[in-house]
Amino acid sequence: MKFGVVVFPGSNCDADCYHVIRNVAQQDVEYIWHQQHDVKGFDALVLPGGFSYGDYLRTGAIARFSPVMPAVIEFARRGGPVIGICNGFQILLEAGLLPGAMLRNRSLTFICETVNLRVNRTDTMFTNRYAKDQILQIPIAHGEGNYYCDNDTLKRLQDNQQILFTYCDSEGRETEEANPNGSVANIAGIINEQGNVLGMMPHPERCSEPILGGSDGLGIFLSVIDWCQGVSRK
Amino acid sequence: MIRANIYVTLKKGVLDPQGEAVSRSLQVMGYQGVQEVRIGKFIQIVLDSDDPEAAGRQLEEMSDKLLANPVIEDFRIEIVAGE
Amino acid sequence: MKELTYRQMGLLDEEYQQIKAILGREPNYLETGMFAVMWSEHCGYKNSRPLLKMFPTEGPQVIQGPGENAGIVDIGDNQALVFKIESHNHPCAIEPYQGAATGVGGIVRDIFTMGARPIALLNSLRFGDLENARVRQLFRGVVAGIAGYGNCLGIPTVGGEVYFHPSYQENPLVNAMCVGLVNRDEIALAVASEVGSPIMLVGAKTGRDGIHGATFASEELTDSSAEKRPSVQVGDPFMEKLLIEACLELIREDLVAGMQDLGAAGLTSSIAETASKKGLGVMVDVTKVPLREEGMTPYEIMLSESQERMLIVPRPGKEERIAEIFAKWGLDAVVIGKVTGDGMFKVYEGEVLVGEVPVTALTEGCPVYVRQGIEPPYYQELKAYDIDNLPDYDLQEALLQLLSSPNIASKKWVYRQYDHQVMTNTVIVPGDGDAAVLRIKSTDKGVALTTDCNSRMVYLDPYRGGKLAVCEAARNLACCGARPLALTNCLNFGNPEKPHIYWQMQNAIRGMADAARVLNTPVVSGNVSLYNESTTAAVFPTPVVGMVGLLQDINQRCTMSFQDEGDMIVLLGQIRTELGGSEYLAVCHRIEAGEVPDADLDEESRLIEMLLELCAKGLIKSAHDISEGGLAVALTESAIKGQMGFRAELPGTAEQVTQVLFSEAPTRVVMSLAAENLEAVEEIASRYQLPLTILGRVGGRRLMISNGGHMLIDLDLDQAAKTWGEALTCIMK
Repeated sequence: MKFGVVVFPGSNCDADCYHVIRNVAQQDVEYIWHQQHDVKGFDALVLPGGFSYGDYLRTGAIARFSPVMPAVIEFARRGGPVIGICNGFQILLEAGLLPGAMLRNRSLTFICETVNLRVNRTDTMFTNRYAKDQILQIPIAHGEGNYYCDNDTLKRLQDNQQILFTYCDSEGRETEEANPNGSVANIAGIINEQGNVLGMMPHPERCSEPILGGSDGLGIFLSVIDWCQGVSRK
Repeated sequence: MIRANIYVTLKKGVLDPQGEAVSRSLQVMGYQGVQEVRIGKFIQIVLDSDDPEAAGRQLEEMSDKLLANPVIEDFRIEIVAGE
Repeated sequence: MKELTYRQMGLLDEEYQQIKAILGREPNYLETGMFAVMWSEHCGYKNSRPLLKMFPTEGPQVIQGPGENAGIVDIGDNQALVFKIESHNHPCAIEPYQGAATGVGGIVRDIFTMGARPIALLNSLRFGDLENARVRQLFRGVVAGIAGYGNCLGIPTVGGEVYFHPSYQENPLVNAMCVGLVNRDEIALAVASEVGSPIMLVGAKTGRDGIHGATFASEELTDSSAEKRPSVQVGDPFMEKLLIEACLELIREDLVAGMQDLGAAGLTSSIAETASKKGLGVMVDVTKVPLREEGMTPYEIMLSESQERMLIVPRPGKEERIAEIFAKWGLDAVVIGKVTGDGMFKVYEGEVLVGEVPVTALTEGCPVYVRQGIEPPYYQELKAYDIDNLPDYDLQEALLQLLSSPNIASKKWVYRQYDHQVMTNTVIVPGDGDAAVLRIKSTDKGVALTTDCNSRMVYLDPYRGGKLAVCEAARNLACCGARPLALTNCLNFGNPEKPHIYWQMQNAIRGMADAARVLNTPVVSGNVSLYNESTTAAVFPTPVVGMVGLLQDINQRCTMSFQDEGDMIVLLGQIRTELGGSEYLAVCHRIEAGEVPDADLDEESRLIEMLLELCAKGLIKSAHDISEGGLAVALTESAIKGQMGFRAELPGTAEQVTQVLFSEAPTRVVMSLAAENLEAVEEIASRYQLPLTILGRVGGRRLMISNGGHMLIDLDLDQAAKTWGEALTCIMK
């Protein structure tokens, strides 16, 4: 199958995602320049991390108006898998593909460290390789990852089981201390109602090889591949 | 009570990377007339005080010390309501 | 010209006379300004050049030594590392966030200017006492500035060092290092070669930023420094990111003959340096330069230090393709002048010639001052200070004090703000090893990177301290299993016109040079920052060493963490008892004195070779060099990082325990290894003629150190970890 990694001016995890997909997950992958108008021929899209447009104005706010975005939105509407990581998540929020918004981290500082993440569902195209309630160790690296939404939205996310990943302690509890940035309900990653658009702040591409200290993140890429190739285990 | 609006803007001549990036993007989006964009901060403060003059001095001091970075920013105080 | 004017620009009377003699006339305002910035210490190295000649700069591994934007060393397979360290001290004292951010921007441009993809950032920081609120504000601002810029570029900040001492109270040091990876056949040099070639300017528009920043950076900080505030530049990391990608695309397509970044002294410096290497001339029209502000004079345009700009000399006929690539990245490239054959630097404003000076007069013509150093009285006095008869200090209490000293405590508060993992190459992350280790994708190789300098040691004995800085850097790399290749340095000193300061420079540089020669780590690039003084005193002499090393096989890397219960803990190197200059004396006895322990360079070199052999053979599980806090802190850090306690028996007599625990004497490493490998390691040690002492074993949840059956230290691992881990975060809350 073929992945597309969308490159915005200021994206900086594009090469990292490309590397994992090609060299670790062994799949076809191509960059998609933000000025392209279509995403034909791709089976899944990744909006990588970084600082598109310098994070100026609001994170993701300018990238959301890139020429490629209408095609990305159309791709998502038709059910194609879209993963937004970190800045990619922020762009998906600005584009309205996912609900909510990002605020600055509670600490007001950029945070780069490895956190515990609980997998809340395994019957999705992004998590079928994991066990329910499995705890993943995945790095975060962001200054604005404090997920916010109003109570109605939160209730909808909960009712529809859209909260895929939550920050937790080593026992899997969603404690205040385990919440690195102040996100509502310890939210680290959510999917849309249809279940084909994932936004997450942690960086799975940074922990997909043992030499980097762990490969807990690889499952997300492999899950999508399995799902696309119709061998989903569920 | 005194309510004040404080506008913090980059000093004239100081590079505004945000403004430049937003300006370029607006042009790309087709807003050809955009000449310049400068981005600043807008701060609202409510003071427990009934002396507008003293409050003004205090706000001035706050802005100089904390709200604005005098190295690169200017500020303007607007007292909007007092009772 | 009025004396006041050229003096304000930083020129001495005799320098002004010299300029008049060169031109055969009075220089005008623009020309005077051009000379002033080019003849500043920052650009011209007029005080340090004679001393820099002491450094060894050659070796089979060296592809490019000093003189270019950065040094280059060979790492095999047609690959090379490009690296340099640079200071941004004075701008940070005025505006810490932007000062630090633009410091990062500047050093990154130096690296990609040579055609290399920047792959890592490091930094070396010095601040005053954290008790002081202003110091905390500077520290917070600088760290945020480095993070803000580096994170946005997507270049991991993988290592560095931070120290605190009152001598830096008003004059913090902010040195940034960047390392890039390049294919040998894609190295770009800053040379204009053909007469008639156009000169292109690309990147940010030019404003009135940082005019006279270069001379500003070469002056002592005084109360009036605050008034010079408008000269602080604002960084735009987004623009820089676009420039990196666009410029590297030009290099890949082989479109440029010469590329040069605009740093200190702006257009003046970058144009002069591009033209002077081949003895060419240049003409530039300031009306072609895209401006951000109205009414800028030729003087302001030529001296502006607006960031994120690059100068490009295209290969003939490639201008159009270059413009295309820049357009793709949303950047404007304009032709602002051309290369000429007459050796003159001519500045036009439209049709009007507004300045004309010989190119080489600006560069090679910079005067050089050989000064006389005089040994300061403090040197013998502090050296002779009696540190043998100190009052008793509880050893366990001393260890806890040291663990919570900001100089020793975990720097997690700092590196947590830096993206140290982007690019997915960082295999040993900050805090886990004596150096950072990065893999090089699609090879088995790894590179190890470190910055080091114990400035207290350099202050107490510049010669020995200079040696120690180089030795520690090399030892740190070897502890990770990497062979030290070459170094870059940032020489931060006070006012060189003061004989005592010049003496510090002379001796520190001599010490560094001697060590670099023996350890085969030539100096390939560097930067000098002088006049680091406040109203009361100079900073501690701080010659920071940035060193790179190579692992042929990244699987042979080693960290400082204890790995398995029951492993043997050994000390490789001498049991030494010198306490001079130690953190223990400073923290527990408030004394900064004593004789600085010396490094035997031959022994250091054997120690490094032995460590490399041990790593290559996989005989050790951890290695951590003894530095600040001595053996006690080295053991504790290995335990904390490995989350495993230990039990150790201290060698030496009961009278020596304090010295053995806390001496910072060099050329020593604490290692852990599987018991079955002990014999093999002992054999190798005797082959290298290095002593090996068994200290104890890894295990349990306590840190226990005894001597002759007496328990000296018995600490809970978690308590030690908390003390060490949270000290800095608590202070910064």
